[in-house]
Amino acid sequence: MHEFTLAVLVKNKYGVLNRVTSMFRRRRFNIRSLSVSETETDEYSRITVTSYGCDTEKCQLIDQLSKLVDVCFVRELADKDSVGFELLLVKIRNDPENRAAVRDTADSYGAETVDYTRESVILKLTGSTRKINAFIDLMRDFSILEICRTGVASLERGNTTIRKIKI
Amino acid sequence: MILSGADIVVRTLIEQGCDVVFGYPGGQIINVYDSLYKYRDELTHILTAHEQGASHAADGYARATGKVGVVIATSGPGATNLVTGIATAYLDSIPMVAITGNVFSSYIGSDSFQEIDITGITLPITKHNYVIGSVDELADTIREAFRLAVSGRPGPVLIDIPKDIQIAKCEHEPKAPCVPDERIHADDISIKEAAECISEAERPFIYFGGGLISSHAEDELMQLADLIDAPIGCSLMGISGVETDHPRFLGMQGMHGHYASSVAMHRADCIISLGVRFNDRVTGNREKFAKNAKIIHIDVDSSELSKIISPAYAIRGDVKYTVKKLIEYLAPVKHSQWWETIKGLRAEETAIMDKREGLTPLRVMEQLNRHLLPDTPVATDVGQHQMWAAQYLNFKKSRRFISSGGLGTMGFGIGAAIGAQIGTGKHTVLVTGDGSFGMCLQELATAVSYKIPLVILMLNNGVLGMVRQWQTLFFNEHYSNTVLDRKTDFVQLIKAFGSDGVRVNNIDELSPALEKAFSYDGPYLIECMIDKDEFVLPMLPPGGSMDDIIVKVGD
Repeated sequence: MHEFTLAVLVKNKYGVLNRVTSMFRRRRFNIRSLSVSETETDEYSRITVTSYGCDTEKCQLIDQLSKLVDVCFVRELADKDSVGFELLLVKIRNDPENRAAVRDTADSYGAETVDYTRESVILKLTGSTRKINAFIDLMRDFSILEICRTGVASLERGNTTIRKIKI
Repeated sequence: MILSGADIVVRTLIEQGCDVVFGYPGGQIINVYDSLYKYRDELTHILTAHEQGASHAADGYARATGKVGVVIATSGPGATNLVTGIATAYLDSIPMVAITGNVFSSYIGSDSFQEIDITGITLPITKHNYVIGSVDELADTIREAFRLAVSGRPGPVLIDIPKDIQIAKCEHEPKAPCVPDERIHADDISIKEAAECISEAERPFIYFGGGLISSHAEDELMQLADLIDAPIGCSLMGISGVETDHPRFLGMQGMHGHYASSVAMHRADCIISLGVRFNDRVTGNREKFAKNAKIIHIDVDSSELSKIISPAYAIRGDVKYTVKKLIEYLAPVKHSQWWETIKGLRAEETAIMDKREGLTPLRVMEQLNRHLLPDTPVATDVGQHQMWAAQYLNFKKSRRFISSGGLGTMGFGIGAAIGAQIGTGKHTVLVTGDGSFGMCLQELATAVSYKIPLVILMLNNGVLGMVRQWQTLFFNEHYSNTVLDRKTDFVQLIKAFGSDGVRVNNIDELSPALEKAFSYDGPYLIECMIDKDEFVLPMLPPGGSMDDIIVKVGD
């Protein structure tokens, strides 16, 4: 079992996300995170999926995705050949006793304070999934009120593109 | 020329080579029906008694002819009634285009009368589906649906057309019928590797399924088998792909497969599987399945190659093309020792054959065999009678066994038989049981109205035999809700529908009854009264392996 990330370029039409997620549900694929975004062209939307499983399960996921008519390109983004980040927003209780410790942890991770009130603080952190998981783990020492994260945005390094456009 | 959306639907169907559609009218598809009236000389519409029957008829038509089956229904309940038929076609990879009406686009999403999200409902049971957003895209969407239905691994496609789109007009330009996507060519290196594996094999076995038939690779299969001197077995979906009597053909695999075929595959050292998907009804216990063999799996759908088993050689490609290529890399060999083993297995099979006389399933099928012509289509329902038909009937021509394999849809038979008859123009047979027949018997009305020459051979045991068999074997004879004890008089029933039939209590009465049925101009029912405790044998218990095979029960 290992984690892997797939970039999926789909036709930019309504209902396509439903087709993709419906397939995940009925074939019981484990999805860790999923993000959808616009792309460089109106023609496509980009879905980035993080999943885990053995190699056979990964191949099944790729094959089943490729079979969907609205799916145009599927590509695995291996860690070493790609850059991937996600964004975390975490709301912490602004407890005077922990204020300094929260500040220290946030500083050492490069998290930014984006909202500050007497009762609560929102911290923003961008980074790899691993870094974000580690940061959340530390934050659990304090009083987490709410968490929201975007899922992974990822691109291949170098001049290759998912649509194999010549640069 | 400027045409309405409804006219475009019908014109595009005709353009795609469609000559018959099955369906049922209703409020939100009425405009299309008006166009069907207008173009009735070019496109025949078969009105069924229920939309489910229409969907099975389109499916049966497609299975028997290899062409796309087309079904039309209205919105809401009309559309939902198609669901079982679409799912049946999906599980068996049958090319079908389903067209449904829907409410005005502006009403969609407001739960208006007979509005249903049929694209949402059919998402998991279609290859793809569409809601038409503008009349301008209608013709091209229908063309794309036809192309998708037949390309690669075939399957059903649904097009939902809101009423305002049927009314709206636009410029329509006729085009040539769509051509399927180019057949997928397998990579040459893996074909070569597989060929090497076959050359080294001492006990090769060819196992094929519905994918071979949809790829039209029947001739290539025989060439390959002759070349490498291999016996052949098939899945339920493969039946009729090879002549039943062919000396190389050992029969069906799986839970109720032929003994020699199942044991031979179990003992093989190389299994060449063509257009199959290793369903659990075939493999039984996956861990113990074909332990001694290197498996070569050739299929057009790459997702099938690693789904159930891990083959030694997984080759994605069109079966016909790939087998042709494979043959190029192989030299003729003989495996006389292997055939000695097979001869032995065949003798064992003969020894365990049911030898009883009388109105037993085997004797009924033997009688039917005597009346089948080489191109008689035989449709079945689902249950014990289906397995007996699969085990005992003789087929000479591909696409003549029409049966719901993947979904196992009781009630499939009569609609499918009607569709197969209309597609082939041949006197058709439906082998059914009293349970299955009870599910969609209203289609007798269709068969009578259109004078469909149809021999309905019903095995009536008064119980839901297949479930009863499991209850006998695995549930301590607790016959929970499988004893029908109905008072239906099927002969009177078909008479009430406007046709004729006869009840057969004795094997001697069967042949004259079949003679009458095959010369009857319309549907003719033969009700064979068989014992409620007839078993389908051999049987691999669910999840069992070849070691658990049941060949005899009691005495």
